[in-house]
Amino acid sequence: MRYLIPVGVLAVLVAVFWVGLHRDPREIPSPLIGKTAPAFDLPAIDGADGRMTNKDLRGHARLVNFFASWCAGCQEEHPFLMHLGREDGVEIIGMDYKDAGPDYQGWIKQRGNPYRVVLADSEGQTGIDWGVYGVPETFVVDARGTIVYKQIGAMTPEAWDKIKPFLAPVAAAAPQ
Amino acid sequence: MIPELGHFALILALAAALVQTLLPLVGYWRRDARLLAVAPAAAQTQFLFVLISYLCLTYAFVTKDFSVAYIAENDHSQLPLIYRISAVWGAHEGSLLLWVFILAGWTFAVSIASRGLPVALSGLVLAVLGVVAIGFQLFILLTSNPFTRLFPAPLEGRDLNPVLQDPGLAIHPPLLYMGYVGFAVAFSFAIAALIGGRLDTAWARWTRPWTTAAWCFLTLGITVGSWWAYKELGWGGWWFWDPVENASFMPWLAGTALIHSLAVTEKRGLLKSWTVLLAILAFSLSLLGTFLVRSGVIVSVHAFASDPTRGLFILGFLAVVVGAALTLYAWRAPRLATTAEIRLFSREGLILFNNVFLVAAAGAVLTGTLYPLALDVFGGGKISVGPPYYNAVFVPLIVPLLILIGTVTAVPWKRGRVGDTARRLRTPAIAALAAGAVVPFALLGRTSVTVAAGAVFAIWMLIGAVLEISQRIRSRRRWQDGLAQVPVGAWGMMCAHIGMAVWVLGIAGVSTFSVEKDARLKPGETLELSGYAFTLVGADEQPGPNYHAQRGTILVQKNGQNVSMLYPEKRLYPSQQRVQTKSARDVTPLRDLYVALGEGYPDGSWSLRVYVKPLMRWVWFGGLLMAFGGALALSDPRYRLARAVAAREAAAAAQTA
Repeated sequence: MRYLIPVGVLAVLVAVFWVGLHRDPREIPSPLIGKTAPAFDLPAIDGADGRMTNKDLRGHARLVNFFASWCAGCQEEHPFLMHLGREDGVEIIGMDYKDAGPDYQGWIKQRGNPYRVVLADSEGQTGIDWGVYGVPETFVVDARGTIVYKQIGAMTPEAWDKIKPFLAPVAAAAPQ
Repeated sequence: MIPELGHFALILALAAALVQTLLPLVGYWRRDARLLAVAPAAAQTQFLFVLISYLCLTYAFVTKDFSVAYIAENDHSQLPLIYRISAVWGAHEGSLLLWVFILAGWTFAVSIASRGLPVALSGLVLAVLGVVAIGFQLFILLTSNPFTRLFPAPLEGRDLNPVLQDPGLAIHPPLLYMGYVGFAVAFSFAIAALIGGRLDTAWARWTRPWTTAAWCFLTLGITVGSWWAYKELGWGGWWFWDPVENASFMPWLAGTALIHSLAVTEKRGLLKSWTVLLAILAFSLSLLGTFLVRSGVIVSVHAFASDPTRGLFILGFLAVVVGAALTLYAWRAPRLATTAEIRLFSREGLILFNNVFLVAAAGAVLTGTLYPLALDVFGGGKISVGPPYYNAVFVPLIVPLLILIGTVTAVPWKRGRVGDTARRLRTPAIAALAAGAVVPFALLGRTSVTVAAGAVFAIWMLIGAVLEISQRIRSRRRWQDGLAQVPVGAWGMMCAHIGMAVWVLGIAGVSTFSVEKDARLKPGETLELSGYAFTLVGADEQPGPNYHAQRGTILVQKNGQNVSMLYPEKRLYPSQQRVQTKSARDVTPLRDLYVALGEGYPDGSWSLRVYVKPLMRWVWFGGLLMAFGGALALSDPRYRLARAVAAREAAAAAQTA
């Protein structure tokens, strides 16, 4: 009987690996999903647009995109964000994370602005409150101000397919 | 044309491996010696085709044939020649081809060296090796073909990952694979013994050199890997308990246990089923390591994200091979049980004890490596397991092992007496305790509980290792006669155990007294650490063959005396837009000074990270000594003698038949 123990151990291990293979080890769920978006009160980077707080994230669903001019992943996702923001009319709030104003200006001038509003999180405090551990990260905030999804890394067409359903009510409501 | 030739050669190698497996098995079944005798020729043919295939891929790398997708991904026109050769195993497809090539190499060696073995045994061993070869060759051909063409061909390759552009990489993976794959030979011998039902001291004597050889390579591979990570990753660490490091460490632990239990099986004909299980285990853990690295199932610095079909293939292969082996074991091993009893307080009893600790340690590493995955699978959330777990679990398992190593030389085979042993070890124990108090001050000028304990264990093992030899010398009336009759294997054992002592002392020292400091310095500014003054003299630009380096110049002084000038670099590889640090080190036997260059700032200042690491070299030197001890044991003439005797017996048997 004891000679069968090794085979048993192997069977359990293989079963665990089998299930494990179908998961993405890099996918780390945010504990904030299903919770109200953490509080913030930040100035718009252009100065003219005033300030914005977490209370302003109500009424309809939108994307909150943490980015920075110094980040490579942000360069990569920028064209797709341009497409989303400009052509599909998705409302994206930009959070310029740990960035300097002039660097940001150069970035936007060169690449175009996909954002409705860009807020300056120059100290990165809001990023910490939101649990950002590397830009770019994109949060989906629904009409009640609740975080419903988080995309880690660059926004891609594949990621967008997962995010779209969360924003579907917006698309329907858009014509009014 | 050449890549197609390589691809075709690999297909032919697969055909040869099929012959190498099927004909001997049929021959064994039908008791047909002619079919069994096909095995060596088939194995040599397989080796030849794999060699051709491997050379074709190397040729394509050297000639920068970017029309091959794998080469376009991992080669570059500016890449130096040595890295174009080592880039063959720089990524997934090529490293699998290296795996297959090394397996074919071991198989070739077995086919040559086992000419003297009974044809049924050598035929079965080669057949089992053939099964492994078939699995991996199919894996390459079906999921990971390095010869796939790219159309249109790019003008320039994407370059080898800069982390891998280091002489350390040129030797680390081949050594590691030599070890991993080498355990396939012990595995095949074990399976052949289970099928044939013949497992005796002769079997142990045939299996031992192969196991020791693989173990030497694995020891060297892990040591070189640790050294490479230390100097290349710029974190100053030498072991990270990363899942992929663990994947190489688990077979090492099982292999170390196997070497020792093989010694018991050869000497006393005991522990047979345990030895067979360890042989299966060591290779299974090697396969598991390959699975972990190649499937991306676990997050690691080494694991390449890859598509799940590859993971499923290796998992399926692992399940079939290891499952079949263990089922065979469950069926046949009960017959191998010996009636001879084994006494706990005897040399073989204590070696069995050491085996238990080694296997438990391997189990602890396995648990730590797989726990995050298992928790995720069972819906427990995502976690990671770090060094605190391993330190907490590993130290209690390794300490009894260290004590046993020093004890076992004072315990005879068959039956020991506690009283005798205690009397013989009293002086060494006192000496070890005294040395433990003194040695840290002598080497480091200070001490701590950990370092003192490390020194006690190290001296204890050292005395034990020397005692083994001195007993043998004193067993003769004239010490010259005694010295002359010490077998080479005993010298090897002494050397390996001393290596272990050096290793323990090194770890105790470096993990206790390492200090590090981050600072931002302007040229001319100085950072003090552990009595050394590091002054940033300046920074300049250095062009390289395929990179552009920023190089800092750092003057190290102690008590106003110049110690050394260090030049850490930060290299930008434009081909991949990646930055790679090159740390700079000043090394003496007693300490490493280590400087890594960080970011440069517009005001001319640089961030620097500086380490002082006492006894760092001892960790690797210990590893080298262990491997050297293994090599020494391997050169013991009695293995060659055994082979000659077996050959003569086989020839005699053939004549009478």
